[in-house]
Amino acid sequence: MTKLTQKVENLGQMTVQALERLGFAMRLFWDSFYWLIAGRKYKQRLRFSQVVKYIKSEGVDALPIVLMLALVVGMMLAIQLIYALEAFGAESQVLLAIAKSVTREFSPLITGIIVAGRSGAAIAARIGSQTVSQEIDALNVMGVVPVRYLVLPPLLALIISMPLLIIAADIVAIFGGALFSVTKLDMSISAYMVDSFNVLVVGDIMQGLIKSVVFGIIIVLVGATTGFYVTNGAEGVGKATTTAVVVSISFIVFADMIASFFLTK
Amino acid sequence: MTSQNHKTPDKVIEVTDLVTHYGTRKILDGMNFEVERGEIRVIMGGSGSGKSTLLWYILGLYKPTEGRIKVLGEDINQISFNEHLKLKQNIGVSFQSGALFSSMSVGENVAFPLREFTDLDENTIRIITRMKLEVVNLGGFHKLMPSQLSGGMIKRAALARAIVMDPKLLFFDEPSAGLDPVVASEIDDLILSLRDNMGMSMVVVTHELESAFKIADRITVLDQGKNLLTASVEEVKKSKNKRIMDLLQRRSRHDKLDPEEYLRRLTQENYTLS
Repeated sequence: MTKLTQKVENLGQMTVQALERLGFAMRLFWDSFYWLIAGRKYKQRLRFSQVVKYIKSEGVDALPIVLMLALVVGMMLAIQLIYALEAFGAESQVLLAIAKSVTREFSPLITGIIVAGRSGAAIAARIGSQTVSQEIDALNVMGVVPVRYLVLPPLLALIISMPLLIIAADIVAIFGGALFSVTKLDMSISAYMVDSFNVLVVGDIMQGLIKSVVFGIIIVLVGATTGFYVTNGAEGVGKATTTAVVVSISFIVFADMIASFFLTK
Repeated sequence: MTSQNHKTPDKVIEVTDLVTHYGTRKILDGMNFEVERGEIRVIMGGSGSGKSTLLWYILGLYKPTEGRIKVLGEDINQISFNEHLKLKQNIGVSFQSGALFSSMSVGENVAFPLREFTDLDENTIRIITRMKLEVVNLGGFHKLMPSQLSGGMIKRAALARAIVMDPKLLFFDEPSAGLDPVVASEIDDLILSLRDNMGMSMVVVTHELESAFKIADRITVLDQGKNLLTASVEEVKKSKNKRIMDLLQRRSRHDKLDPEEYLRRLTQENYTLS
């Protein structure tokens, strides 16, 4: 009986904790934009150079791995789709299937997961270790708003660099599909690429871009929230990093499903 | 440097009937505390007496349950968030651990408040930074990262960062904890010279008796969340209060040990380690 009560109690506690953190993350999002607009007035300027630095570390540096995986995913899709479509004698449709599924689904999802692993973990570790070493308190007592200094720059950086990563990933994934498909379809790579872009409509590209911005926001907010909640020193930082990656990938997958539902008509 | 033109009030800190909780545990219980302009005030007390807590609340890191805190004449829980931000620029804090930004060099750490809050050009910032580093005898160490510094150097770099905006009020959390006696005494001299040369008011939390007696104008002794005594060094030394005498003579609180009670405590079954 006591065990059961304890379990119920734990569940309740975890729910409260989760809701508290969700609220905290919302607050971070709101505060970030408040300081983006009001910052100049209160000497809480956003440093452009800081945003550029984060665009490099979160966007540009992620480019090689994003492109490599996009290429592989494109090839993988071509292999599977040609196999499935052959049953109907509809191999030629592989071009359409790859172009649509890559831009709407695969490239935002793959990119989101990679960036969550890189930047989400980095943000959680950075803010977490700064919480532990009192650096956040130091910012606070100096009169520097931590959100403005630690959350807003990476948030803007990802909102800017995620869509750019997605566009690059789209192109490379379609190219990957082309590499495998051209022999089966008996067409040149350049013709395949041109045809692919012709079948795409604005809505396909936009769906990927909208998703990517949402994923970017999720990654920064989850990373920062877990970082600010770190307790227990170095061990806590390690845990926060893991939590940040797992939670942000889960949120990304859920958000992806919801966005697909509403954006696909 | 915003309200530099304003005259510093006679009482730089006024804490009235402050009550604070950590979870459900009461930490400060009706605390009254005042610091006058130009004074070096040392806060002493055993572990858990609430001395660091008092500091955090004066710095506005947490909201109190009850009571009023005025810093440089402003009630920090009444003024707007943005007024509080401005007020903070007149306050310097040197943390126990230093709390230097580990991703920045020593020089960048010291220059940080200048870059954030002033419109000074890079040259001026460099000169001021160098000047403050010279004050704490770290002139040539601006390029080192915090991880490359010794304990004493970290404290001094943190001090340089705390005074870079020429604050009116300076807080120290355990300036000499964990330092060897020579370095600790150097830090004490620095504190005294800063007050004499720059006219700062200071609040120093410490449990090092020697250091407290050397630098303090007045000492406040805290006990169980209350202000037990505020008096000059001589008066504190002469105090007949048992708790203060214990603190000064480093006497343990449990001087009598009951063997049976001790054995019972050790073998208690509900004592789990995690």
